[in-house]
Amino acid sequence: MRFIDEYRDPELTAQMINLIKQSSVKSINLMEVCGGHTMVIHKFGIIDLLPKNIRLVSGPGCPVCVTDKRYIDQSIAYSRLPNVMITTYGDLIRVPGSTSSLEKEKAKGADIRIVYSSTDALDLAKTNPQKNVIFLGIGFETTSPSSAYIVRQAYQNKIQNFFLYSAHKVMPPALKLLAEGEVKINGLICPGHVSTITGSEIYEPLVADNAIACVVCGFEPLDILQSIFMLVRQIEKDEAKVEIQYTRAVKPEGNAIAQNLLHEVFEERDDWWRGFGVIPRSGQKIRQKYGRFDAEEYFDVEVEETKIDYGCICGEILKGLKIPNECSLFRKNCHPANPIGACMVSSEGACHAFYKYGKLNQ
Amino acid sequence: MCLSIPAKIIIINENEAQVSVGGAMRKANLQLLENPKIGDYVLLHAGFAIQILTTDEANETLEILTEIARLNREDID
Repeated sequence: MRFIDEYRDPELTAQMINLIKQSSVKSINLMEVCGGHTMVIHKFGIIDLLPKNIRLVSGPGCPVCVTDKRYIDQSIAYSRLPNVMITTYGDLIRVPGSTSSLEKEKAKGADIRIVYSSTDALDLAKTNPQKNVIFLGIGFETTSPSSAYIVRQAYQNKIQNFFLYSAHKVMPPALKLLAEGEVKINGLICPGHVSTITGSEIYEPLVADNAIACVVCGFEPLDILQSIFMLVRQIEKDEAKVEIQYTRAVKPEGNAIAQNLLHEVFEERDDWWRGFGVIPRSGQKIRQKYGRFDAEEYFDVEVEETKIDYGCICGEILKGLKIPNECSLFRKNCHPANPIGACMVSSEGACHAFYKYGKLNQ
Repeated sequence: MCLSIPAKIIIINENEAQVSVGGAMRKANLQLLENPKIGDYVLLHAGFAIQILTTDEANETLEILTEIARLNREDID
């Protein structure tokens, strides 16, 4: 058992596709809300293997994509302060802000470092005491525990020159908004790695209030196909419940240690999402106890006015209203080497996945 | 972003482990796990092990898939 190859077996895959075709009659929309799922679905061509009555829609599951432009603008403003070092995961530095990007600021001489782990950012603060080190914390419940961990470490070890600028978000409020939105969602391919932390209980309101079938799904092709089959089976029987396909990693109750850590360091706040605007109680702000390490509390910066991208339909794509091919900029002005919207920057973004794996004539 | 990969714990040194990702060695912070052991497979995300993968459950999923495929094949035949 290596937990990978076993779930890519061609024979089983063919059988699963057959089975989905036989059991699916209704015309349905299934939404995936994890960038990792978007990538697997396009990379392995799953979207082309399904019967025509099953439509797969990408939702707001790529953290880079949903990070609002004003967050980028404010990060750029921090990077222009004297004696500041910005530390960030790699994806974020290419996202265009209103008039610049972190990548352009780095080229102009700002001290911006890409890190693999949040702990690398804390180590940089320890080894560069003359600098104020700001870590750009983006991501959902999978990623936010690692940010909470380093904030607590900085507090316990009294590291005075470390700060977190949090754009961390929680999934349930956005899912709720989508469930009540313009696109009728019959089934949700629930984000597997978010669920390792949160558990599967967070999807119960979608079942109870919106009758959406929910299956927590893994990240190999057979995981996706089995989850689609499980969703189809529920929907064809007019059922809606929460099931876990990704049982090898997800427990109904989730990871209690990580949940407690999140609760200790962060509190809920209203937060901006690209394409959605402000979603109530969807963001994670550092609690007062750890306020000394909150970049927003510590640094006072002037941020330029946010400029709107005319023509970019990232927001509508994130809501499942449109697909990348319907954007007038797609493949023309907007491509991975020159991304205009965030959905083209991140390798998990819907536009990037369509560009990389999609058919040219679609 | 939420990408996590299966990795096998090879060495544990207090709160940190050396893990093997298909043979390549990486560091993994173990502070988010309850009672990790050498030989366990974990999900590695941005330098943190976020969950222990359970072999029994992994096998069960495969058995279900195989069984579904078998029934499906018999149906066609």
